[in-house]
Amino acid sequence: MAVQSKRTRLLKRLSSYAVLLFFCIISIFPIWQIVNISLRPGNQLLSTTLEIIPSNATLENYMNLLSSGSFLLWLWNSTLVSLAVTLTGVVLASTAGYAFSRFRFVGKKFGLLTLLTTQMFPATMLLLPMYIMLINLGLINTYLGVVIVYSATALPFCIWTMKGYYDTIPATLEEAASIDGCSPFMTFYRVILPLAAPALVITALFSFMTAWSEYLVAAQILQDSQLWTLPLGLKSFEASMSTQWGLYGAASLIVMIPVVVLFLLLSRYLVSGLTLGSVKG
Amino acid sequence: MSRQKWFIIALIAPAILVMAFVVFYPFVYNVFLAFGNMNLSRIRDWELVGFRQFIKIFTEPSQPDFYVVFLKTIIWTAANVFFHVVIGVFLALVLNQHLKGRGAFRTILILPWAIPQYIVALTWRGMFNYEYGSINLIITKYLGLPAVEWLKSPTEAFLAIILTNVWLGFPFMMVIALGALQSIPHELYEAAEIDGAKWHHKLRTITLPLIRPVMIPAITLGVIWTFNNLNIVWLVSNAGEPSDNTHILVSFVYKAAFNFYSFSHAAALSLIIFVILLTFSLFFMRKTRATESAY
Repeated sequence: MAVQSKRTRLLKRLSSYAVLLFFCIISIFPIWQIVNISLRPGNQLLSTTLEIIPSNATLENYMNLLSSGSFLLWLWNSTLVSLAVTLTGVVLASTAGYAFSRFRFVGKKFGLLTLLTTQMFPATMLLLPMYIMLINLGLINTYLGVVIVYSATALPFCIWTMKGYYDTIPATLEEAASIDGCSPFMTFYRVILPLAAPALVITALFSFMTAWSEYLVAAQILQDSQLWTLPLGLKSFEASMSTQWGLYGAASLIVMIPVVVLFLLLSRYLVSGLTLGSVKG
Repeated sequence: MSRQKWFIIALIAPAILVMAFVVFYPFVYNVFLAFGNMNLSRIRDWELVGFRQFIKIFTEPSQPDFYVVFLKTIIWTAANVFFHVVIGVFLALVLNQHLKGRGAFRTILILPWAIPQYIVALTWRGMFNYEYGSINLIITKYLGLPAVEWLKSPTEAFLAIILTNVWLGFPFMMVIALGALQSIPHELYEAAEIDGAKWHHKLRTITLPLIRPVMIPAITLGVIWTFNNLNIVWLVSNAGEPSDNTHILVSFVYKAAFNFYSFSHAAALSLIIFVILLTFSLFFMRKTRATESAY
């Protein structure tokens, strides 16, 4: 058996750490930029130095951001829209996923496959027809408009995730419940749904994140600045880079921390959901 | 009708309604639009005009040109997916050893994927700023090279959007590859070592063939996502700056639809993109499924 000498093993270990460290620095660099910008005092926003923490670091930008009405308004709008999308996603995906998992009906296989092909739709193929529909229904400049489009984008993934999870729950549970005199609805609601809790959590968080971080759809539908969600607001900070760059940094950090934490907790499940969907297709 | 049947209908009906609404309606409407002549001034009295939009796209010169944008989309997709897979698999190989702090490294390396895309795009746009952006500061102060006009000249701007998207996309491939690597049984490597195999033999004959079945669907998804990635292109280049030189097909369609309001033109382009991606996926997945069964 080829035994590596101690020296080559040490060298291999050190170079592994060097590689990881290098890529970690690259991964963190833009985040450090955001932190750095958010801490700069107003007269040094456009600095040409590269300090880890800017000299005379200050929380001024955070104070200004939280005391300005507009940021809190965007936060409120985004929360409202995201919660509505989450609720729609959970209710529709949990029932539709169950139907796709348990019952036979005409067009079931076709339906599941078309849900997969939506992944190949360019964003504009959903957005444009929906945009024209919203114009005709008078739903431009309403939350309902964005909630409809966001739900449509998130649902295919959510239905596949729920369906995949229900598939792992044995059908004998339903048989046992029906022998015990449970109605189909009670079986679904009391027996199956609690067991599918992990998938429900993924569906909820995925729907929430879809809505929380979306810019391009909102930019077309929400034109009134009173209705703006966070991405639209942050973009307006960025557009006037010289004056509001510090506010942009502070706002970005506040907005991304909760989603980044959620994402890190969820990344394992998101990936298994994705590969499940693509393998079974 | 029995209660059971009503229950089934109650569950299936919303599913079918949702499908009809989120998949069939937009798709069918999009097809009709593509064969029509709708724009902002003809939003209600538009009519079907056959293949006119398609003929216009394929034969009439436009600014920017369809074929140039198509070529850029191919370069964009190929460059991004190539670097995503190479960097992702490489980092997965490095992480798949007994190292101290492995979990922490893994978490940090996922960060680019975890940050909302629009924040990534806007932040990188700031970093590419000519005078104050940190990338030019590093280039001039530490490397002693002349500053680069990242956002104002066509080639550099295109390079800037690719760099941003490479940064954002490698963690996905890394996570997928890491999962695949962990499922390879150790005995295979031990057996290979007894036979005196060098590391590159093991990589070529064990590692790569065994992670292939997992990587192929991931690469297919990666190609589709990159081909369709509107966020990064639109926000880093600020709607195609300089002067519409940084478009890929989807951003070109978004501009046609929402800046020029030529709805039918945009719908025809959307349909072309969809057909390209569907053909690619069917072809790619069929080829790879054939190899899977040969295993």
